[in-house]
Amino acid sequence: MSRVPAAFEPAGKAPRDGKKFALRFWSNTHSRGMEITYSVVEKMLHLAAPLFKAIGYDRLEKPVAAVEATIKGALFDCRMCGQCILSSSGMSCPMNCPKNLRNGPCGGVRANGNCEVYAEMPCVWVKAWEGSKPMEHGNKIMNVQPPVDHRLKGRSSWLAVSRGAHE
Amino acid sequence: MMDMSAVHPHDLGPTPAAPLPELPEHSSRGRLERVLRRGEFAITAELNPPDSANPDDVYERVAHFDGWVDGINATDGSGANCHMSSVAICALLTRVGYSPILQISCRDYNRIAIQGNVLGAAALGVCNVLALTGDGVQGGDHPEAKPVFDLDSTSLLATMKKMRDDRAFLSGRKITDPPRLFLGAAENPFAPPYDWRPLRLAKKIAAGAQYFQTQYCYDIPLLKSFMQKVRDMGLDKQAYILVGVGPLPSAKTAKWMRSNVAGVHIPDSVIKRLEGAENQKTEGIKLCIDLIQEIHEIAGVAGVHIMAYRQEESVGHIVKESGILKGRQPFRRAFATLADSEMPPSSVAMGQVVTPA
Repeated sequence: MSRVPAAFEPAGKAPRDGKKFALRFWSNTHSRGMEITYSVVEKMLHLAAPLFKAIGYDRLEKPVAAVEATIKGALFDCRMCGQCILSSSGMSCPMNCPKNLRNGPCGGVRANGNCEVYAEMPCVWVKAWEGSKPMEHGNKIMNVQPPVDHRLKGRSSWLAVSRGAHE
Repeated sequence: MMDMSAVHPHDLGPTPAAPLPELPEHSSRGRLERVLRRGEFAITAELNPPDSANPDDVYERVAHFDGWVDGINATDGSGANCHMSSVAICALLTRVGYSPILQISCRDYNRIAIQGNVLGAAALGVCNVLALTGDGVQGGDHPEAKPVFDLDSTSLLATMKKMRDDRAFLSGRKITDPPRLFLGAAENPFAPPYDWRPLRLAKKIAAGAQYFQTQYCYDIPLLKSFMQKVRDMGLDKQAYILVGVGPLPSAKTAKWMRSNVAGVHIPDSVIKRLEGAENQKTEGIKLCIDLIQEIHEIAGVAGVHIMAYRQEESVGHIVKESGILKGRQPFRRAFATLADSEMPPSSVAMGQVVTPA
């Protein structure tokens, strides 16, 4: 069966095979450590807000987004939706779900916990559920997430966090 | 003269197409919500939509459900296959007094189309909706299609709740006359992550779900453990849970279904029971009746949802033999026609009765 790319899927990025190692799965199994790291990063972003404002958020957008895409791309297979909810999804990026689900798994999850669409890929939300368990604020997975704002695609979530604290 | 004494007086409107008289605290003016709120064991059934533009095809199929069900699901491109649209089928059904359930799949429309369709469907007399993610396009007859998935089933529920209760679109723009909907969602207790499924139910309730229809149930122990957690969390008091059932035509089809239809779990014991039977089709119907009777005994279950794909003609028999109606008479099309003749003409434009071929 030919593979159908998801709306957010970048060209040339194949869905992960659950049997092979990928940093995405490592980050997911180390979700508690990631959560701690993220809380530190968030604090730093808040502190940096006056500096960012002085430089200008518009000027920073491109370079920061590039750095963010590289780091989060490596760690989470981040798709740069621009409205990161990793801390509410057990450090499993929901935009890797071929249905782009942001509130939990669909009813098509296979008995082995793999994706309905990509038979080799573990369901993003099965992983999210596992990842949320050791996290201190893992219950954030129960928050109802609003629909994606498609205008933010490719923009930096980090700057958004910083700006949110500043404004 | 038809005996209408068994029909609850709240369940008949002045004309077939008119919404039922208002009842306090009800969010819709539809029959399904009334049946569930009265604590009756509700029955819904899935209509297999035609691949045609002929309304008679819809009326002929729905005739099998007449007098046996409280709600009729009009599927929305199920299995990612193209059929007559759910909105159109629902509109045809409300014309003659039925209580259809509009299925909305996030696969095929963005938020602009969905909200417009919700308003339109409500205007055509639709009182029940079922918010679905939708099967992936890879499994349907148009695998080359663009999957939309702009909303997901949970954010779709929140969207419709906002439209109904806050009288506003997602954008915040006001809706002058809000859609009076009974909001439904799907759950699959038979797919991983099993321990999250009850919590997912809670999340959908938080987003606005008032009733649930589950995927096919062929595994009673799995359903029981799911329902135990649901009851422990008190979720059965916050939403009505209708468990999905359906007759399997043969062991071969059952095997095909479990490996090819997304989210369908059929234990080996079920396959063995069918294989051991002289007439597999009859045995499949018997199995369905047995399952309904077992499901009926599980605390917290509010009803069953019968998905008799290509066996619609067996629905009446299944409902009757399972004994779940207990003397109750669900809506029959003839009631509406009868009520209609005794009432003054309606001002509702869609009120004319459509006679099938």
